[in-house]
Amino acid sequence: MTAGVLWATVLLASVACFALKLAGHLVPEHWLADERVQRTSALVTVALLASLVVVQTVGDGRAVVLDARVPALAVAAVALALRAPFVVVVVLAAGAAAGLRALGWG
Amino acid sequence: MPVSVRRARPGSRSWSPEVAAAVRQGLSVAVATGLYGVSFGALSVVAGLDVPQTMALSLLMFSGGSQFALIGVVAAGGSPVAAVATASLLGVRNTLYGAVVSPLLQVRGWRRALAAHLTIDESTAVGVAQRDPAAVRAGFWTTGVGVFVLWNAFVLLGALAGDRLGDPRAWGLDAAAAAAFLALVWPRLASRRARLVAALAVVVSAALVPVVPAGLPVLAAAAVAVVVGLVSRPAVPEEATR
Repeated sequence: MTAGVLWATVLLASVACFALKLAGHLVPEHWLADERVQRTSALVTVALLASLVVVQTVGDGRAVVLDARVPALAVAAVALALRAPFVVVVVLAAGAAAGLRALGWG
Repeated sequence: MPVSVRRARPGSRSWSPEVAAAVRQGLSVAVATGLYGVSFGALSVVAGLDVPQTMALSLLMFSGGSQFALIGVVAAGGSPVAAVATASLLGVRNTLYGAVVSPLLQVRGWRRALAAHLTIDESTAVGVAQRDPAAVRAGFWTTGVGVFVLWNAFVLLGALAGDRLGDPRAWGLDAAAAAAFLALVWPRLASRRARLVAALAVVVSAALVPVVPAGLPVLAAAAVAVVVGLVSRPAVPEEATR
């Protein structure tokens, strides 16, 4: 993306996200109280984040690549299972990938 | 007893114990959340945004998941439309949060717009966890303002550092982004249905990465979740029978 397109993307997405927040504050409460709406919204969040994990771990443009990111993600999963704080999880994963690459793998 | 969080002083005797507890909770959440702004700032410049774009995104969008998603799609070479759509879809949950906190906050005009901007996972969670109305407001505003200030400060720090890093892969920053998404989804996997949808999302997006443009695998996963959410039966307690 060019700088101009990137700016437009940033601003448009920011406006959309603010509009979504404001809409919640403005609509009558019962509109969104429906169990199905709440459930679907929660599931969409899960699906998007799970998919982003996959794309970020094995994606490389249009190819699926297995490299140092995969063991690094496993390290992150172990850290999360041990209830490590967010920033620790992220740093451990980066360290694992960086270490493996320094050793010449992935 | 309307409590104005912005005017009340820390340690003031006018605070009830509930309000004081909500403020302490809000501040600790703000510090913890603010800290990982460093990783967002660094990853954003690595993804190709410059420092002003990173700060604009962080200040104006102010929703961690959506911010990480937008830079993730940009880094993968996705289209602007896919980037906006993914960030917006992740922002839909904030609409539900707004509907929950709005009646509790009772604000109008510009304060309502400000409350909307500060409506995120953390401020909603701390707010609704409180029992008395003054504590709800104190928790929401302390967390919202605290996260906003610290998150953006640390994003700036990360963005300035990220600018000087050189090859992001040598630092494992691509893996850090994956770990960030994993950490964001982890606490949402409590129900069986959520784990099923996550598994479907993993399969669908892994299958689509080689065949469709960047950004679309993520949107396809969201579509799967919409289908599951709309066709599946209402949750029974604990979903133990499914």
